[in-house]
Amino acid sequence: MLGLNKKDMSLLLIVGALALLAPFILNPFPADSAMAQFNAGYPDLMQRFVIFGIFAIGFNILFGLTGYLSFGHAAFLGVGSYSAVWMFKLLSMNVVPAILLSVIVAGLFSLVIGFVSLRRSGIYFSILTLAFAQMSFNLAYSVLTPITNGETGLQLTLNDPRVLGVSQTADGSIPVTNLFGMEMRSTFEMDLGPWLFQFNTGYYLCAILMLLSFYLSVRIFRSPFGMMLRAVKSNQHRMNYTGLNTRPYTLAAFVISGMYAGLAGGLLASMDPLAGAERMQWTASGEVVLMTILGGAGTLLGPILGAGFIKYFENIFSKINDSVLHGWFGFMPDGLEDFIVTIVHPFVGKGWHLTLGLMFMAVVIFLPGGLIEGGQRIGKLFSRKSKKSDGGDAEHHPKQTPHVAE
Amino acid sequence: MGILEVKGVGKRFGGLQALGDVNLSVAENSVHAIIGPNGAGKSTLLNCLVGKLIPDTGSVMFDGQSVLGRKPHEINQMGISRVFQTPEIFGDLTVMENVMIPCFAKRDGAFELNAFSSVFGQADIVARAEQILEDVNMQDKRHMHSASLSRGDKRRLEMAMCLVQEPKLLLLDEPTAGMARADTNNTIDLLKQIKQERDITMAIIEHDMHVVFSLADRITVLAQGTPLVEDTPENIKGHPKVREAYLGETAH
Repeated sequence: MLGLNKKDMSLLLIVGALALLAPFILNPFPADSAMAQFNAGYPDLMQRFVIFGIFAIGFNILFGLTGYLSFGHAAFLGVGSYSAVWMFKLLSMNVVPAILLSVIVAGLFSLVIGFVSLRRSGIYFSILTLAFAQMSFNLAYSVLTPITNGETGLQLTLNDPRVLGVSQTADGSIPVTNLFGMEMRSTFEMDLGPWLFQFNTGYYLCAILMLLSFYLSVRIFRSPFGMMLRAVKSNQHRMNYTGLNTRPYTLAAFVISGMYAGLAGGLLASMDPLAGAERMQWTASGEVVLMTILGGAGTLLGPILGAGFIKYFENIFSKINDSVLHGWFGFMPDGLEDFIVTIVHPFVGKGWHLTLGLMFMAVVIFLPGGLIEGGQRIGKLFSRKSKKSDGGDAEHHPKQTPHVAE
Repeated sequence: MGILEVKGVGKRFGGLQALGDVNLSVAENSVHAIIGPNGAGKSTLLNCLVGKLIPDTGSVMFDGQSVLGRKPHEINQMGISRVFQTPEIFGDLTVMENVMIPCFAKRDGAFELNAFSSVFGQADIVARAEQILEDVNMQDKRHMHSASLSRGDKRRLEMAMCLVQEPKLLLLDEPTAGMARADTNNTIDLLKQIKQERDITMAIIEHDMHVVFSLADRITVLAQGTPLVEDTPENIKGHPKVREAYLGETAH
């Protein structure tokens, strides 16, 4: 169905189910319980999950398939955001033209940067992309202030010359982003006993676009084009002597992933119409690298997992402060309580980066294939127990020869 | 007029004259061996043929067209395939995928944004890949990761990848280097079989005289960047200058 085989189709259905039911899945704890702070099912965070999921899916098309490690993808995200906000300012508050423009502009921008950067490979490519992204960041921060509004960031104002729409609403406020009248920020709340579930229009728009992006990436992974990209990663030398020009292949992958980043940037601006230069900073580029590697580079599901993981940590772990810790360990004798809180303190709250860093190290060292590899190992453990005698499909799962270079 | 005409090719690396004035004519559907001691310029010559190096002087004509100034992938598209000294294959991919890639290159050219069709939905490509794997007797290994193949099988796979493109000229850079005797003999048999079954021209660079004398129709002896002599294997064996310069006591 849809040009996918059974396995990929079920993967797509799982991702679809997870995305559509996220308001339930991410809100497992009753709203007034002590665990409620681990609930992630509020619109703002759910939007971030799927938007950065899109960003990571796109990055994985470049890094996971061709092995070219770009350290400048945040530049395309930022360019996408700026384009979208300009579209809101000048044309209309409808998100469709804004998102289209952000994808197109990011695509053109990545075509230029990719054309120059892809003259080199390996570490030189990474440095070139990093340099371009930092250059874009600094330009946005200073020289291009008329376009980017410098360090304040680009925002909507009450006197934007909106061609298809009004500069301000009847009650004198800035109009909100919408999809043909459906406001992005409108949220339907459902009280179910002690639970509160929130269904946000903006989130569902992002989720549907994420599903489309995911579907597209599955198709690319399974296509001859995707196979060529994996061949580029495996042996460029052989590619050249096989009559294939690697440059257009890598450039196409670069532009596609740049357009994904532009889509993510456009969506960020559509959910919250402002764009700042810090979105292009190198830390933002590094974040998407972390997401992809943490989840599993070169796997279909990995980047989405990694993006969700990091965004969850960033938003949930960072909220655990000392008073919350004291609440948790309050049952202990005073001295012990203070001691435990002192120990745990550096790992939570503002120190969430430390926990994330330790986890990242653990994943890279013990699970080089990322969280996906962890899942596969657990899966194997169970299948070995349940059907030991099953010979399986020997042809499709031939035994690895012992001298495999691992 | 041969399929490959090398005229007056010279190449200098700094102070070293790697190739002097090389003239070489490879006749169509023949096996032409290029032998010579280490440093004679064999590999430099080969690199000039495939576009890795551009010679300082002279011309290289293949099938009536000049190859000079063309990129390696363009030269491959003209019909020259190359087998490397150490097998160059796509180690992360399966054997089947390894042979499918050259099929795509042959059918679609140097670049095709073929992002929405399925790899295994392309019946013509799959059929060709299956056929070549049968020809080199590797069909039972088609789902293996090619990095886990044995050295001999990697060589076989690389040859399959070249042959599936139906090249007019196959360049072999020491195809049996570092192989055990049995593997060497297997490779000789494979090459003999290829020569029998297909209209193909081969140019072989080789150190192993056993391989050279069992395959070659003509031999060029290269020494210090210039061809010393070019003749049939029988005459080369008995040629006093060659014995002195290269073969020495190892002549069979």
